Amino acid sequence: MEQLLENFSLDLFVKQTILFLLLIFLMVKFAWKPIMSALNEREEGIQGALDAAENAKKEMASLQADNEKLLKEARAEREAMLKEAREMKTKMIDDAKVEAKDAADKMVAQAQAAIEAERKSAIADLKGQVAALSVEIAEKVVKNELSDKEKQLGLVDKMLGQATLN
Amino acid sequence: MKIASKSISFLTLVLVLLTSFSVYGKDGAKKGDPVNTRTEINEYIQHHLKDSHDFHLFSTFDDNGVEHHWGFPLPVMLWGENGFTAFMSSEFHHDDDGTVVVEKGDSRFVKLHSRIYELNAGETAVQFDEEHHAVNASKPFDLSITKSVFGILLIGLLMLFWFSRLARQYKNKQVPTGFGRVLEPLVVYVRDEIAKPNIGESYRKFTGYLLTVFFFIWILNLVGLMPFGFNVTGQIAVTAALAVITLVIYVFSGNKHFWGHMLWMPGIPYVFRPLLGIIELIGTLVIKPFSLLVRLFANITAGHTVVMSLVAVGILMQESLSATGSTIVSLFLSLFIMLIEVLVAFLQAYIFTTLSALFIGMAVADDHHDEELHDELGEEIEDTEVIRKNFT
Repeated sequence: MEQLLENFSLDLFVKQTILFLLLIFLMVKFAWKPIMSALNEREEGIQGALDAAENAKKEMASLQADNEKLLKEARAEREAMLKEAREMKTKMIDDAKVEAKDAADKMVAQAQAAIEAERKSAIADLKGQVAALSVEIAEKVVKNELSDKEKQLGLVDKMLGQATLN
Repeated sequence: MKIASKSISFLTLVLVLLTSFSVYGKDGAKKGDPVNTRTEINEYIQHHLKDSHDFHLFSTFDDNGVEHHWGFPLPVMLWGENGFTAFMSSEFHHDDDGTVVVEKGDSRFVKLHSRIYELNAGETAVQFDEEHHAVNASKPFDLSITKSVFGILLIGLLMLFWFSRLARQYKNKQVPTGFGRVLEPLVVYVRDEIAKPNIGESYRKFTGYLLTVFFFIWILNLVGLMPFGFNVTGQIAVTAALAVITLVIYVFSGNKHFWGHMLWMPGIPYVFRPLLGIIELIGTLVIKPFSLLVRLFANITAGHTVVMSLVAVGILMQESLSATGSTIVSLFLSLFIMLIEVLVAFLQAYIFTTLSALFIGMAVADDHHDEELHDELGEEIEDTEVIRKNFT
């Protein structure tokens, strides 16, 4: 301890303190400050570049995902359009069928009605003719029957005979 | 290429500076022989560990056994009883025993055990008491560029040069080139591994200090390991100054929570609170900075002492192991310790910086103190005291 104190030189202590403080000041001003700021700047730059690359990667991925989505959407749309077209086709055919059937049915019905009417008029006509014919026949028969006087008388006698007076 | 040529020119400048020493022989040296006895080696090591007023690189002995010191003088600046005085340290002729008296104006100066004394008015030679302390001299305030101050200035300028150049590089490019590429990971390391985890969110305010102190200690530790090196971080005044700066930073940035918990610890009986407050206050104001300054000083001093002692093995054990044997043993051991010292140089800088960050972090920590003591898995994190013990 005593030797330590003996070795201690106050003069050197003062000189070292002053010189070292001066050195700290100069080093901070001319070396450490610019070096530190340059290092920080560079590290931030590197970090920034890395971040930017990461972002670009992410953006790329999202772009790809977008593309995928768009493609999917387009496919779905095409599918839908095709489906709709198919449906429309079927519907049109069905409609046409129904219309055609309706028209056919109508024509059949008209034809049937016409046939019915013809038949009725034909029957009516036939009836008329039958009546006329029957009257003619009856006329002829009657005429024929009445031309034979004896017979008539005989008939009347017979009838009278049957029609007993009660 | 431009940067390379720049560094070459800078290195040349340093080399020119280091080699432009002059020889100043110490005529009539008392010791006619090289340093080779146990006491002389001991003295040599002690002398190296101390700060000195001139830059001594090595000594040679000529045919007459006269010692020549190679190195260069440093300016001596003193504020004594007669005001400011300045001269070169070569005027002392490498004397350290107070025999050479330098007269400047009305003042007379002597150098004694790496300290400069001013003789009292009228005295012409220094006198000692029984404990070899000067009795008729006073210590002037020493503003000299000593070896340590020279090292501090050199490393400070080097750091300023390296890191301001790195800072300038960022103006034009994102990634530094050349030597800056070596420095950048170290800066990032201190920020991410020392400042951020220990301080938390407000780490930015303190990073400048932590970076400065880390590189300052590390580079000076490494320079201390080199031949002709300085022992700057082994000067207790230097480590004390660093520790005091850390102390000032965490005392002045301590928040209400920090002081509240320290002086009036909640959750314990009221009787013990003042006592604990006193203990905590002593711990914060004295023990923490003291442990910081002593750890660095002791580690570096011990490292230098061990390396030099092992080198001395080569001289001292020549009798028992023969010259070749002792040289091999000495080289092997000192190489081994030297490698460990390179690790210690980094480790001590790391520990000083981390503990400073830890103390600052404790001072600025928020109220979620209890949550911070648990990590993500809910396991208890080691207490700071335990961490500190592990470091010592």
